[in-house]
Order: sequence, then structure tokens, then C-alpha cells
Amino acid sequence: MSQATLLDPRQFLARKSFIELNARERAQALLDEGTYRELLGPFDRLESPWLPMQGVVPQADDGLIVARGRIAGKDSVILAIEGKFQGGSAGEVFGAKITATLDLAQEDAKRGRPVQVVLLLETGGVRLQEANLGLEAIAEINSSLLALRQHVPVLGLIAGMVGCFGGMSITASLCSYLIMTREARLGLNGPEVIEEMSGIEEFDARDRRLIWSVDGGGQRYATGFADDLVEDDVEAIKKCIIEAFGRGIPSKHRSEQVDDYLERLAAIDVSHQLESSEVRSVGWKKESL
Amino acid sequence: MSAELTPRTRGWIWFEALAGKHAKLVPSVPSVLVADTTLQNERIRFLAVVPDPDNRFPCARQGQVGLQEGWNLAKQLRDAIHADKDGEKRAIVAIVDVPSQAYGRREELLGIFLAAAAATDAYVSARLAGHPVISLLAGHAISGGYLTHGAQSNRLLAFKDPGVIIHAMAKKAAALVTRRSVEELDKLAEKVIPMSYKVEDYAKLGTLYKLIDGVNVDAPEPNQVEQVRADLLAAIGDARSGDWDLSSRLQSEGARNNRSATLEVRRRLAEQWNAG
Repeated sequence: MSQATLLDPRQFLARKSFIELNARERAQALLDEGTYRELLGPFDRLESPWLPMQGVVPQADDGLIVARGRIAGKDSVILAIEGKFQGGSAGEVFGAKITATLDLAQEDAKRGRPVQVVLLLETGGVRLQEANLGLEAIAEINSSLLALRQHVPVLGLIAGMVGCFGGMSITASLCSYLIMTREARLGLNGPEVIEEMSGIEEFDARDRRLIWSVDGGGQRYATGFADDLVEDDVEAIKKCIIEAFGRGIPSKHRSEQVDDYLERLAAIDVSHQLESSEVRSVGWKKESL
Repeated sequence: MSAELTPRTRGWIWFEALAGKHAKLVPSVPSVLVADTTLQNERIRFLAVVPDPDNRFPCARQGQVGLQEGWNLAKQLRDAIHADKDGEKRAIVAIVDVPSQAYGRREELLGIFLAAAAATDAYVSARLAGHPVISLLAGHAISGGYLTHGAQSNRLLAFKDPGVIIHAMAKKAAALVTRRSVEELDKLAEKVIPMSYKVEDYAKLGTLYKLIDGVNVDAPEPNQVEQVRADLLAAIGDARSGDWDLSSRLQSEGARNNRSATLEVRRRLAEQWNAG
């Protein structure tokens, strides 16, 4: 696991925000110059068949960009979610593009031609306008990711500001390594849904400090749910991605550490409502095996 | 925990009916029922998530899939994988009746998304290791609850019954989030099949191995239970002869009819992958 890094003053002034970039720009920024090649781009017009039925204007790439190229010279593919389209939510075509990419990368890996995969996660989860196909899409993404990660590391990056929620938070947790910025958030259920289902005492969705203290990148990193905490800066993020790939396949993925997490769960007192500081301080984050 | 005080959900009913009197109950937490049994030479581990009114986590007392449930499902699956690693792979049958995932602050702080990932990982690992993994959708299969428990099976079976609801979000919550009325959602679902709450419409998407008709799901007759056992055995046999990924879901008539965009994406991406 890497340490959170602070930029020195000159770096800070020269920094270029990654969060301000759209999905296509993010993919271009991360790939080595001149190597960007978009697959199933807007000119292929593979749109959602379901949105027009409901009077919603579809997007020609369905909010998911597949970009092949190189990262530090290594063959890579970036799956970049456009958070501004339908909240980055997962629809049929969006999901199919991700799953097909993961499956093709797996075939290549088995043939001795590994392709590094980076998921840029900016999503609220299932696209409700496609409901069950969005749900199925996430199930299939997770299945293919699990098969691929045995061969080559799969990186997840949550930069913000949409964050990563819903079923896609499971996807994030299955990645070999998960990188977050402080601005980013990760959670299964968004604050509004928790408030709606379990009451305002359980979660006040208007309390921004509470939201980031639970879901924010700083908390997730401090409690071991993210591997790296990175500044909102294109160069810093690139560097972090390269370094993470360099670690290779983890000896034991977080989602495989069952006995360890069952132990931690048993040890923590949940008879009262938990505070984020409490979870940080009880040694919830441990060095993974 | 007292069985009389616990609501008799369909998960309970079908776990007891299918695992049967000769099943060996495996020690677990009260909300995750586990039993090992043998049906006609097939060794099967049954798993069900059920309500535990005394759950340590207050937001997971009505059968929701929360932290304990995710991690304990993962444990029970991995124990089976480990026990069978050098021999015959037993079948895994997930009996699904889950209202949703658990919605709570403790859950988010302690990483319910990772607990869900752990169960997902374990189900997929079982499948990839050669265990037939079968789901019986007996009641609700909603959202994160379903993704965690049931969605990763080789073969999905569901009862044709109004109480079987497979969906991305419970109707009231979905209405709230999409800013539509429940009636408007129902109307939309008539033409947008993936939005429907009816299991007959879900079946049109082509992911189900079988839609089981003619069963009184809340109070099954003995012959109906026998029928379901036979269906499970058929599914197990079919899984053993097939692929260990989810490709069968895309080879169905339903997929050709209602997931043609998915098939088109896969075909065109494969063409473009190495070109240029």
C-alpha cells in the first residue's frame, strides 16, 4: 500500500485538475501521447435502445468510453464512465462495452499478451430507466472482472465528483487496486437512499461533512477500503496508476480476506451508532496479507 | 433464536422444504442458513438469507443482505470450495428471497460494498472452480441484495408467481428517485421490458434457465417440492455440462430478442479490438 502524497508548492501551482476533465479527456490524459484509440465511439452509434422509448435523449457512446493505448509504454485499455450522462449510471450498452472489454482482455492475457485495464468509476449504479438490464450488466461486469484479475491487475480510480455508488461499488471493491481522491466518495447506498429507507437519524443526507466522513476518499483510505489516496492532479494520478500496476497481482485480494474481516467485524462494538473517527481508530485498517 | 418468532419468509420455507429432514445444518449466523445434503447422488450445499430480528446490525433485521450476511456467505462458500478442492465439486443452491441490501450508517462505514464483493467473489470462485451454482428465486431479489446472493449463478430458476420480484430497486424507492409516480412506472414497464416488476417480463430477458409454474410458493404441496427438486437436479446437470462463465445467459432466445444491443456491442468490439 502506498502512502498519501502531498505535492510540494511548485507542483501544487502547476497541477492540472483531473476532476474537471470529462470522461474522454480523462482517458486521453492517462494514455501515452499519440496512443489513444477509441473503440465503439460515437460514430458507431451504439446507443441505448431503451431511453428513446421514454423520451430521454440517448448518447452515442451510452456514457462509456473504451479507449485503447499505452500507459508508460504498456498496452492498456481505459474504461471511462461519463458521470454527466445519466449520472454515470449503468445501462445495457454501457455494461456490454465494459464486460466485452474485460472478456477480450482476458483472452489476450491467456495468449500471453496482457492488457492493463483501468476503470474510471464515476457512477450512481444501475440506470433505473433500464433497471433489470442495468442490474444484469453489473452482475456480468463483476463476473468478468473476477475472471480477468487472476491474469492481470485491474485498476479502479474514483476521482469525483459523482463518486461510485450502487452496484458499481461492488465492482470497485473487486478491483485489484482502488485509487481515490479526497473529493471522491465510495458507498453502496447514497445518503439520500439511506435517509429515505432508515430515517434521518441514521443518515442526514444534507450533512456534507457527514457524507465525506463516511464515504470520502480520505476515510476510505484510512480504513483500508482504498489502496491509494491521490491528489486531484493528472500527473500525480498517472504516476499512481503506473506504480499500482507495478505491484502486480495482489497475493490476496481484499474480497478474499474473509477470515480477517469476520474477525474485525466481531471485534467492533456496533451497539451504538458508529462515528467515522471510531472506525479509523480501532485498527480497522490493517496491512493486508 | 426462536424459529416461531422469526417471520416465515419464502427463503425459510424453501430452505426447509428442499434441504429436507436429512440435511446437515452447518453452523453459521442466524441470518445465513446453510445445509449440506445429498439429492440423488448430487451433494448440495443450500444457502439462504433470512430475517434475524436479533441481528447485531439494526438495519439488517428483516432479511436484508448486510455486513454479516455478505461475509458469512463468503465464508460458507469458501469452506465448501476448500473442502472439495481435490475431489468432486458439490453443487451450491442459493435460495433467494431478499428485500434489498441493508441501508445504514454502520454498513457504509464498515464497508458493506466490500462484504457484497466478498460474497460475489466467493460465488464466482465456486463457479470457476467447477461447482454448479444454482439460484432459486423464490421471492424478492432486489438490487444489492440480489447482486450479493443469487446473481452469479450458472443457472437461474424462478417461480412464476406475483411474489417473485427481481428488480434494481423497490418500486416506491424507484418512483422517488426517478420522480415519477408508481402508476407511471407501471405504465412505462408495459413498453420498457427491463423496467417491469413482473417475473414473466423478467423471463423475456433470457437470463433464466427455467420459470417454474404451478407451484404454491407460500405453501407448497409435497409433490410440488419434488418437482422443484427435479428442476434443481436438471439445472445442476445442465451446468456441469456447460461453461463456467455466464455466457449461457447470452445464448438464449430472450437475449436475441431483448438484449440484441448487448450482442451487437460484443460482436463489434471484438472486430475493432485488434484493428488499427
